[in-house]
Amino acid sequence: MNIHEYQAKQLLAQYGVNVPFEIPAKSLAEVRPAAEKIVAAGSAKVVVKSQIHAGGRGKGTFKSGFQGGVKVAGSVDEAVGFAEKMFNQTLVTKQTGADGRQVQTLLLAAGAKIKKEFYLAVLLNRETSRPLIMASTEGGMDIEEVAEKHPEKICKETIDPAVGIMPYQARKIAAALGLKGDLFNAGVKLITGVYNTWWECDAAMVELNPLAVVELADGKETVMALDAKISLDDNALYRHKNILEMRDLNEEAPLEIEASKFALNYIKLDGSIACLVNGAGLAMATMDIVQHFGAMPANFLDVGGGASKEQVTAAFKIILSDPNVKGILVNIFGGIMDCNVIATGIVAAVKETGLKLPLVVRLEGNNVVAGKKTLAESGVAIINGDSMADAAQKIVKAVGK
Amino acid sequence: MSILVTPNTKVLVQGITGSFGAKHAQLSIDYGTHIVAGVTPGKGGQFFEHGGKKVPIFDTVADAVKQSGATASAVFVPPPFAADAILEGADAGLDLVVAITEGIPVRDMVRVKRALEGNLKTRLIGPNCPGIVTPGEGKDSHGGCRIGIAPGYIHKKGNIGVVSRSGTLTYEAVWQLTSRGVGQSTCVGIGGDPVNGTSHLDVIKLFNADPETTGIIMIGEIGGSAEEEAAEWIKAHCKKPVAGFIAGATAPPGRRMGHAGAIVSGGKGTAEAKIAAFKAAGIGVAVTPSEMADTLLKMM
Repeated sequence: MNIHEYQAKQLLAQYGVNVPFEIPAKSLAEVRPAAEKIVAAGSAKVVVKSQIHAGGRGKGTFKSGFQGGVKVAGSVDEAVGFAEKMFNQTLVTKQTGADGRQVQTLLLAAGAKIKKEFYLAVLLNRETSRPLIMASTEGGMDIEEVAEKHPEKICKETIDPAVGIMPYQARKIAAALGLKGDLFNAGVKLITGVYNTWWECDAAMVELNPLAVVELADGKETVMALDAKISLDDNALYRHKNILEMRDLNEEAPLEIEASKFALNYIKLDGSIACLVNGAGLAMATMDIVQHFGAMPANFLDVGGGASKEQVTAAFKIILSDPNVKGILVNIFGGIMDCNVIATGIVAAVKETGLKLPLVVRLEGNNVVAGKKTLAESGVAIINGDSMADAAQKIVKAVGK
Repeated sequence: MSILVTPNTKVLVQGITGSFGAKHAQLSIDYGTHIVAGVTPGKGGQFFEHGGKKVPIFDTVADAVKQSGATASAVFVPPPFAADAILEGADAGLDLVVAITEGIPVRDMVRVKRALEGNLKTRLIGPNCPGIVTPGEGKDSHGGCRIGIAPGYIHKKGNIGVVSRSGTLTYEAVWQLTSRGVGQSTCVGIGGDPVNGTSHLDVIKLFNADPETTGIIMIGEIGGSAEEEAAEWIKAHCKKPVAGFIAGATAPPGRRMGHAGAIVSGGKGTAEAKIAAFKAAGIGVAVTPSEMADTLLKMM
């Protein structure tokens, strides 16, 4: 699960990470009072930030034509003016795809005089199965680009999960970032807090880009998280009720939300061949084989080990709500499940949904002969696929006609 | 021979009274596997009965091991308690703990993996895996050792080793082999999570050292770099033909494809990179998942 920037900063602040003075606004009416508070707190500038689950907001464009999802206002009135152009508008960035995302929350933050920008992230290193802190002096940049062109500018510190982050490790990173004096100590505290956020919240990734040295109104300098992104381990959400409440369904594809109600794992893609498969690996492989034979998959869909009649019917309905779908490929390896039970479920689903599109079913496994007989005698138009390759070729051909 | 387990291995089931654990304990008993004990805290002293067999239930794995002589376990314990169950199995001195449970938090597995470091006695397979099968000699491979949730009957005793992160793709490969009259030495599902106990490479090394395994099918998918690591070792050390398949070439970057570990992030873990590593190592790459068995058989 992903959360918004303002939510990420709320979590980080709980673990002692310094963040700017900022207030989220969920409606236009909340913008002016929030901006006034920020100005009253001594900030000459108010930053207005669109809250969507995608990067590249600053360089994004609203479908209305308005440029920039992050704006710096010099007054309360100007902040309200920006907010009017952003609220409920659709922002398109390099990460959202052409559809963009509707902005339903704005974050109003005290403007910061940035002296230096850094990158800081905590993630799982899959090679070592241990947490890894990554930091770079190249803040505000795409870290993948830095890793490719200037790997020497990235400092990495592996954390032993048995002891957690040790102060010397935070000091090593602060030193690598070139922090000195009070900023060094502040950096150590912040780095430790970021790691603790990752660990305690069961995050998959915590990323500050940029983490910055900023000059305060009194001329003093400090370090703070100017932007933050957190994604969480879905499997651990059961023990974080407070974080689960941060879920924003507006950021998720409606069909994916619907699928999750039936314990179906569905991801919408752009092709025309819908795939309905049991097992994640087989589902990916089915998408791949569709592409191999010249078409593109419309979705990833894993119905799990059971594939009950209710699930198959729900899956058909979800698949059919995608207007790009021109044909359906069902690929089931019924290991433990009786293929005849699955076949009965498929026939019922076809009848209930009144399916008109070409349907190829490849069944294999337990009691497969009876299952194929059920499909053949059902009176509904189902094309039988013998192997995965045969089934994929048949559906591509049927749709191509 | 086989790897990790033989038809004589004594197996206990952690979580034997849950519906999932009970169902698969029954199927393993039906397959002829020696299920010698169950563990459910609070139900010690009771029995798990199936097909005329009475399997004693214990409160702790330590007791179960002591009384039954089990050397391997299948973990069917729900996600919040699975890390504890795995480490209890290790503490009891089991040779093999096979964690079937899907949905264990990554942080729990990071701690488990750390706790097992330097433990030369216990090997963990999984979690989020179909388990392991060493086929038997009977009809439909009856009499083999089945730990987990794989369908037993699709197997056939023979000489091909299969290792995979995916359950259903393992079954697909096994069935392709069996349908062509070719049997398997052992089939190992290592699981689809980002942190797991046994890697592709660990299993490949075991197959390479097993005199009865003459060829290997290795099935991978997007995410991580375990396949690349295995490919590098195979290039330098493996004496046996290896065929492989990588799933997820069409998966969009940044999305988790069902398995928690199946994600291309930061441009890492792509199918292209893994396929290139396979080719560079002389591993026969199945162009489609329909050709996994044929790709290997052509090499042998």
